[in-house]
Amino acid sequence: MGALELSAQIQAGKIGAVETVAKYIRIAKNSRLNTFLAIPEERVLARAKEVQDKIDAGITLSPLAGVPVAVKDNISTEGTETTCASRMLEGYVPVFNATVIDKLEQAGMVVIGKVNMDEFAMGGSSETGYFGAVRNPWDATRVAGGSSGGSAAAVAAMEAPMALGSDTGGSIRQPCAFCGVTGIKPTYGSVSRYGLIAYASSMDQIGVIGTDINDCAALLEIISGPDTRDSTCVTDAPFAFGKENAAKIKIGLPRNYFNDSIDPEIIRAIFMAVKVFEDAGAVVEEFQMPLVDYIVPAYYALSSAEASSNLARFDGLKYGHRATEAKSLSDVYTLSRSQGFGMEVKRRIILGSFVLSSGYYDAYYRKALEIRGMIKEAYNQLFARYDVILAPVAPTTAYKLGENITDPMKMYMADVYTASVNLAGLPAVALPCGFDAQGLPIGMQLIGDAFSEPLLVAAARKYQACTDYHTRKPGVPNL
Amino acid sequence: MQIDNDLVTYLETLSNLTFTGEEREIVKGDLGNILNAMTHMGQIETQRVQELSHPVGHVNVFREDEPGLPFDRERILQNAPRRNSEMFIAPGTVGS
Repeated sequence: MGALELSAQIQAGKIGAVETVAKYIRIAKNSRLNTFLAIPEERVLARAKEVQDKIDAGITLSPLAGVPVAVKDNISTEGTETTCASRMLEGYVPVFNATVIDKLEQAGMVVIGKVNMDEFAMGGSSETGYFGAVRNPWDATRVAGGSSGGSAAAVAAMEAPMALGSDTGGSIRQPCAFCGVTGIKPTYGSVSRYGLIAYASSMDQIGVIGTDINDCAALLEIISGPDTRDSTCVTDAPFAFGKENAAKIKIGLPRNYFNDSIDPEIIRAIFMAVKVFEDAGAVVEEFQMPLVDYIVPAYYALSSAEASSNLARFDGLKYGHRATEAKSLSDVYTLSRSQGFGMEVKRRIILGSFVLSSGYYDAYYRKALEIRGMIKEAYNQLFARYDVILAPVAPTTAYKLGENITDPMKMYMADVYTASVNLAGLPAVALPCGFDAQGLPIGMQLIGDAFSEPLLVAAARKYQACTDYHTRKPGVPNL
Repeated sequence: MQIDNDLVTYLETLSNLTFTGEEREIVKGDLGNILNAMTHMGQIETQRVQELSHPVGHVNVFREDEPGLPFDRERILQNAPRRNSEMFIAPGTVGS
């Protein structure tokens, strides 16, 4: 049952919000996928009771009222530990809610817990976190993708009907592809980032994960909209997804994405999706995506630079880990940070410090900013020709745990199809579009121009109305 | 690009980090590989390109100048590793 249907049943009095939430808590607590980091059970059940009371009193909340939602552990939740899967923030309890959490609560949704991720959202496999790797529900010997691996795995394993994640370079779309679920990375500036613990502020964006596009669209309507506490949240109003017609859309297909660096089974799945869209009335035209070789270098130069600045706040003084043996102020900073951060986070801070340092700034940081400008301009030109771009999410399906973790360049290169979307601040929807010979999900993405979510949602609805990949569920984890 | 110990030490200082011997070797290798993969950025002509530091072009976005309630001090202090009833406690920086 999808989240919208679940809420309809709760609001019709056929099932109770408390029993629904209790059922999901039970499943989540028994998870063998290492998805949840915190489930404040008593408070969650009390919150479900509050929602039920409002429903019983005839108060209209939202089409997702009563639905449990899992929240990525880099989104601040007042009173519930928020760690970013890092030793640095172990035990940290925010004293305020992220704006999106307030919005979920106003909509009558119930946050059932915080889900695992790559440490500070830095990673593409959910293996870099301090509390261990997230396992893939389709094959527990494989990664769930990242960095929102806990969010995607929880939805795929039916431990939560919906989840919030964040996407800085593909961190919603890639775990959705690996776990066979649907997700939306919204336009930068359409969802408030207030309370999202920053990794790369000019690219970070909170988004949604669910089993299908209708659930995702309903949740995005709830969390989007202006916020005076985030000056980069430039939208005037929340999204309102109506009945846009995507039948006659013109789709661009980046032909040069389909080369020998991508799994042939993914290519086949994408071209089958092309056929689905063509049969539904769309016009699909191939093009050469420019600047492909520059996307990953520019993304890592800029995101690491921003990370090195953002993570400077973790100093062992005001909150977070503090080295007990530190004697001087300088030692408090250096030892607390060296003990509190994991290796991937340190690697990116060091890289960021390098590209911003005197003598290297122009060759790396400024050059990456210029390339970012070129990528944005290239997308502007593409969206003058196409309504939507259809592309793969990742070059492979989910790989084995530990397979790539010691090879950062290999991990980084896997962001080649996703990171340009963040550099340009664009929206994209990730959808299941097939399975490989090992039964692992394959994902594709539909990329749109800024604030074109209504068209992307309509196109995704059209696709999911013609296919059933999003309805398939994994079996019991092979542990 | 070859990463030597002096550069790593410099970056440790800039980053307020310190590496163990084993970590230092990993960082040297990884940073070298990553920077090598970035060097071809220098081959592309960007002289007439506008830098893009942010997808939202707004500058100086101000909210209404209205007073609000700040967080209560006790709440702000509640996550401090070391504190007293009024403030964060850090090692002294002047005198002994």
